[in-house]
Amino acid sequence: MKTATINPWRKPLLALAAIAALAAPALSQDMALPDWVDNDSERRGYEIAMRSDNSDNGFADSRVEATMVLRNAAGQETSRELSFQTLERADNTVGDKSIVVFNTPADVEGTALLSHARILEPDDQWLYLPALARVRRISSANKSGPFVGSEFAFEDFTAVELNKYEHNYLDTAQISVGGETLTVDVVERFPRYGNSGYSRQVSYIDQEVYQIRRIEFFDRRGDLLKTLDLADYREYGDGIWRSHALTMTNHQTGKSTELNYGEFEFGVGLSDNDFVRGVLERQY
Amino acid sequence: MNSTLRLLRSLAMPLLILAAVLFGATAAHARGEWDTGGSAGTEARVFAEAPAWPGQEDGAQFSIILEGDFRWRSEDRRHHVVLVPWARIDSLDGERTHADLREGFYRYIGDGFTVETGVIKVFWGVAESRHLVDIVNQTDLVEDSDGEDKLGQPALRVTHQTGWGRLEGYILPGFRERTFPGLDGRLRGPLPVDTDAPVYEHADEERHVDIAARWSHFLGDWDVGLAAFHGTSRAPAFRRTPDGQALQPYYAIISQLSADVQLTRGAWLWKGEALVREGQGHTFGAFTGGLEYTFYGITRSGADFGVLIEYHHDGRDSDPAIAPPTTFNNDVFLGGRFAMNDFNDTSLLGGAIVDTENGSIAGLIEAERRFGSHIFLEVEGRFTLDVDPQDGLFAVRRDDALTLRLTRHF
Repeated sequence: MKTATINPWRKPLLALAAIAALAAPALSQDMALPDWVDNDSERRGYEIAMRSDNSDNGFADSRVEATMVLRNAAGQETSRELSFQTLERADNTVGDKSIVVFNTPADVEGTALLSHARILEPDDQWLYLPALARVRRISSANKSGPFVGSEFAFEDFTAVELNKYEHNYLDTAQISVGGETLTVDVVERFPRYGNSGYSRQVSYIDQEVYQIRRIEFFDRRGDLLKTLDLADYREYGDGIWRSHALTMTNHQTGKSTELNYGEFEFGVGLSDNDFVRGVLERQY
Repeated sequence: MNSTLRLLRSLAMPLLILAAVLFGATAAHARGEWDTGGSAGTEARVFAEAPAWPGQEDGAQFSIILEGDFRWRSEDRRHHVVLVPWARIDSLDGERTHADLREGFYRYIGDGFTVETGVIKVFWGVAESRHLVDIVNQTDLVEDSDGEDKLGQPALRVTHQTGWGRLEGYILPGFRERTFPGLDGRLRGPLPVDTDAPVYEHADEERHVDIAARWSHFLGDWDVGLAAFHGTSRAPAFRRTPDGQALQPYYAIISQLSADVQLTRGAWLWKGEALVREGQGHTFGAFTGGLEYTFYGITRSGADFGVLIEYHHDGRDSDPAIAPPTTFNNDVFLGGRFAMNDFNDTSLLGGAIVDTENGSIAGLIEAERRFGSHIFLEVEGRFTLDVDPQDGLFAVRRDDALTLRLTRHF
């Protein structure tokens, strides 16, 4: 397994990649601006978001265990053990494929959710229920619905792709997340996909390694609904960064959810055939 | 005594297979990890009325339900062993006191193919109110009248995943008889089913080797499955025993082709299942189809409400001595499901099946939620309304019941 040390080759490799990108005509489409870009701040917002999105290219696949801690306004808490497997999209016209398996609570152990994320059309999702040994294709229209009763919505997991949003640069600021003070670009983004529970989001992307450190979610009425802080970023190999401590706070209900990831495993050899409905029954 | 012997007999073969498999798997791949779990539940069922038929015990019914869940996976995740023993002890009905190996198999995951051998549990289909095309596992009917509880099926299954879908081949040695309430039990007809004297069409009886194959695939919004089965019908026809005091299950050899399709579009799910079956009187077709629509986020906390309509048609022979009787000959199911989407998984489900010819209604209400991390509570109500004397429900018209089940998961 790869460890989270800084790779001294990363910067030269990035420079090489940039030269290759300029030279390769096949990539010129990626460089073209989308139709919705009308002015400089939108262009700058898009470029910052794209740089952040591209920093994740080439992770291939990953596997990780996580603990989700749910807290209500009175401070009572309950937790869930989950494991995630992700297969990187073939290109940025489609989304990643993923499987989430629930290990606790005990009565739902083995329940598994398969998602094929798409850009503007609804995602494809299947849910496996061990009690009946049954796979159900489920509607993904409930994007804004709570994920297993947590403060995360389904779309907070599936709508991570660059082209699911229109972007607009707002500001450059200093923020403090997880005890770290960072200089960040503040970029607001507007969902382009249907059924979102949000009118807009404000993302804070650091200027050093281009990772999203905070997202503020505004509900359909335009009021601040939630804040997601992404802390404890660790680097795996060449510029692949993962936050290991996510905290989602709902400002309207006072509830919060922490999502704590263990060590990520990359390059575990997963393929498209590991992300079909038939494999859901054997995830535990 | 009799039921204890039957328990041991039904468990003997699967356990032998399993012991061999376990020994082989763990000896060859000692590195891996066991995950152990299970549950212990208590259940109380109360009936609204005194029983209708001679021999049935009056009063409430209590049960203890135990399940183990043992899983082993090798370090490279290619070898799996799954073991799910299960038992119920019932206060009222000796036939409902029974044990089963729900699952007990070894799985090998190769490159592009998977092999499973042992006792497996498989589900086919898309509909909610009737599981028409689901045929691999026998229904454990004494558990619940909804047909969703299944007995473990001895099988060899080979699965091959391709770019154009998933192919599954099944060899099914060892038939499992359907369970039925005993003389003491509720939810039966005027004559109890004598499960000690089943009659088989084939001379190999319960040792007949059944075969099945399935192709399934998803393309965009569509999920499609096609399947074929040849072997002993899971549902029996019924004949009177020579003394006329009980019904004798008659298991015919059938051949069946089936299809199941779901179209998922926005908040709409369109579902259809159909089959053609030969071997029980005239060759007949049956169909289940309908739609489900969900209103998402109806409360601020994100609860959903789904509505469901399904239509059932079944063209089988109406003589129960020839074809297994069904209540789904020409019926409509209407249902609703409310899900809180909270971390206790609170949900409420209600529905009714209406016979479009005689107006007889069978209804259910189910509520469930988790308490803490380990306790799960379910409340189920089942009732009948306006039952026509000609309808299959007439036999159970006085068996409206409320069931409370509290389960501790480990």
